Amino acid sequence: MAPVRARLHVVSGKGGTGKTTVAAALAIALATKGHRTLLCEVEGRQGIAQLFDVPPLSYKERKIAIAPGRGEVFGLAMDAEEALLEYLDLFYKLGRAGRTLDRIGAIDFATTVAPGMRDVLLTGKAYEATRRRDKKRQYVYDAVVLDAPPTGRISRFLNVNTEVAGLARMGPIHRHAVSITRFLKSPSTAVHLVTLLEEMPVQEAADAHAELTANGLHVGAVLVNKVREALLPAKEIKQATAGKLDRKTIAAGLTAAGLEPVDAFVGALLLEASDHAQRIALEQAERKALVEFGRPIFELPLLTDGVDLGGLYALAGHLGGVADAV
Amino acid sequence: MSTATWLAADPRRLDVDQLIGDPATRVIVCCGSGGVGKTTTAAALAVRAADLGRTTVVLTIDPARRLAQSLGLSNLDNTPREVEDVGRSGGGRLDAMMLDMKRTFDEIVLAHAEPSRAQQILANPFYQSLSSSFAGTQEYMAMEKLGQLVEEDRWDLIVVDTPPSRSALDFLDAPKRLGSFLDGRLIRMLTAPARKSGSAFGRVVTSGFGLVNGILSRILGKSLLGDIQTFVAALDTMFGGFRERAERTYRRLAAPGTAFLVVATPEPDALREAAYFVERLDEEEMPLAGLVLNRVAHSGYVDVSAGRAAAAAEALQAQPRQGLTAALLELHAERMQAVVHDRRMRDRFVSAHPEVPVAEIPARPVDVRDIAALRDLAAAIAG
Repeated sequence: MAPVRARLHVVSGKGGTGKTTVAAALAIALATKGHRTLLCEVEGRQGIAQLFDVPPLSYKERKIAIAPGRGEVFGLAMDAEEALLEYLDLFYKLGRAGRTLDRIGAIDFATTVAPGMRDVLLTGKAYEATRRRDKKRQYVYDAVVLDAPPTGRISRFLNVNTEVAGLARMGPIHRHAVSITRFLKSPSTAVHLVTLLEEMPVQEAADAHAELTANGLHVGAVLVNKVREALLPAKEIKQATAGKLDRKTIAAGLTAAGLEPVDAFVGALLLEASDHAQRIALEQAERKALVEFGRPIFELPLLTDGVDLGGLYALAGHLGGVADAV
Repeated sequence: MSTATWLAADPRRLDVDQLIGDPATRVIVCCGSGGVGKTTTAAALAVRAADLGRTTVVLTIDPARRLAQSLGLSNLDNTPREVEDVGRSGGGRLDAMMLDMKRTFDEIVLAHAEPSRAQQILANPFYQSLSSSFAGTQEYMAMEKLGQLVEEDRWDLIVVDTPPSRSALDFLDAPKRLGSFLDGRLIRMLTAPARKSGSAFGRVVTSGFGLVNGILSRILGKSLLGDIQTFVAALDTMFGGFRERAERTYRRLAAPGTAFLVVATPEPDALREAAYFVERLDEEEMPLAGLVLNRVAHSGYVDVSAGRAAAAAEALQAQPRQGLTAALLELHAERMQAVVHDRRMRDRFVSAHPEVPVAEIPARPVDVRDIAALRDLAAAIAG
């Protein structure tokens, strides 16, 4: 039997690492060759709509992009309240009774006041979408990509149903929470960690990796975003770090290029070279730390002009191997 | 690159030293989206305030490990601890603490419920999940802790960063959300069975009670509903005080003496969130001190633009032995591209919010990892 492939791809990372961009690129990558993927956001920021340059997403799944080879990417902005009403309707056929709950504030309580409930509803929706089948018993989506909460909250987010299953010792909620937990902890779910080659994001990814693993969740790939190429050769990097680049050579070079070799300019270039060298040294150290996770690593280049639709497809091209790697 | 290139006028400069040095400033709240450097900024400002002679405490919610270590916060015990070598020379002092959400909650229970009831609550499985595992509790507890620090009145200045929630203003909304629940009908439904029937309260709810109870028990199952009712009833006597304190803290935040600093990086997402904060704070009539723009690209020589540097680099590549200068010019081109980008981002924000004072922190190649680096950073913010 072939190993189980992940179908729910949860994308997390420290704030500012470009989690949403990477999730979007992954949804395109997983949709290539005629697949259909669903890209979901959970934080109500409408980041996906902005990336794909489409009108704001709603709770209704909608096609937002195509992928090479007749693939399709659908988008969904998850909403705790809609998810709760849908759940009540699906399992309890609560049309008007649902409104009664709304009137006494139970819906509002469950979706905004009560800690934890939002996470229950959102993970429940991801579970439903990933397992949904059409009339021919085929999965509606080949893969679901979740632009999930940041690393600081990801374990709590994915583990919430374990807590709920423990609290509701029996009954419908218990059964539902147990199935979601089982699914999220199965190889069908992979949690990808987005990071930059910087100290704090890597440290957070390492903490998340340890915490997720301890909770029985599967870490998929490490996705390194905004990777810059080294512009200086190794020898010059060393000299730049030691402050030993030759001012005269540089001044002569500037003259040869038709630029005025003023001291202030040469000084600024040396400082910029030293920053670059420090940065490269740091990146090398962080790369080593990432290898320690023992997970497949994918690097995505920095898009210097900012992320647009073309850039997303370019990034997707770097993520083609993720499906097979996890 | 002439100044005529820029669209917006220079923003009003945020005078950080004036803000943190002013004895009238008692609370500074740093808010902003995740990953912009809120916690680091809060810590840097606190160090500087203490060095300026103020008795300061910094409450961090979720600091990165190294930052916590640099403040001497290796053990998390929910109590402010003095940070050594800060502030002493000028008569100031810095205490630092990390929010421990569960402990804060436990302390409230112990302080506000009679001992036997308190033990019953602490042992309740719902309470244990609520206080340690559920997202959203942090906002309530951050508000509670801030309120406690204010009331202790041991510090001239409290600097706090906000929880990494979906929206950093969830923190501000916490008292209102709790209030809407406590004033709502749901809580009466949940606590009704525990109350003596025949009370005025009881009579009001009886009519709809059967219906709602029926629906809830169908969804939750009888035993879970029963457990929830027991738990809510046990907490019932504490809710009022909890809300009262949250509301008092909220009012304190809106009063003179509090300053909100919105932290952002020069990126579209972070600035969009910053604009949202600025507008929300304005609506709530919360006192905004300004925007701290973190990690702004800079160059010691802006007279050679990205375009000119790139063209010169290209020309040099064709020549022998000019590889080094060509590479440095490429680096400069990259840097200038970032400088222009960041400036454009800042100008976009300033055009829409010209009244907001701005302080910029230049980007640095490595992260902050000790007090000296925090001091440097604070000096950069102060300009």
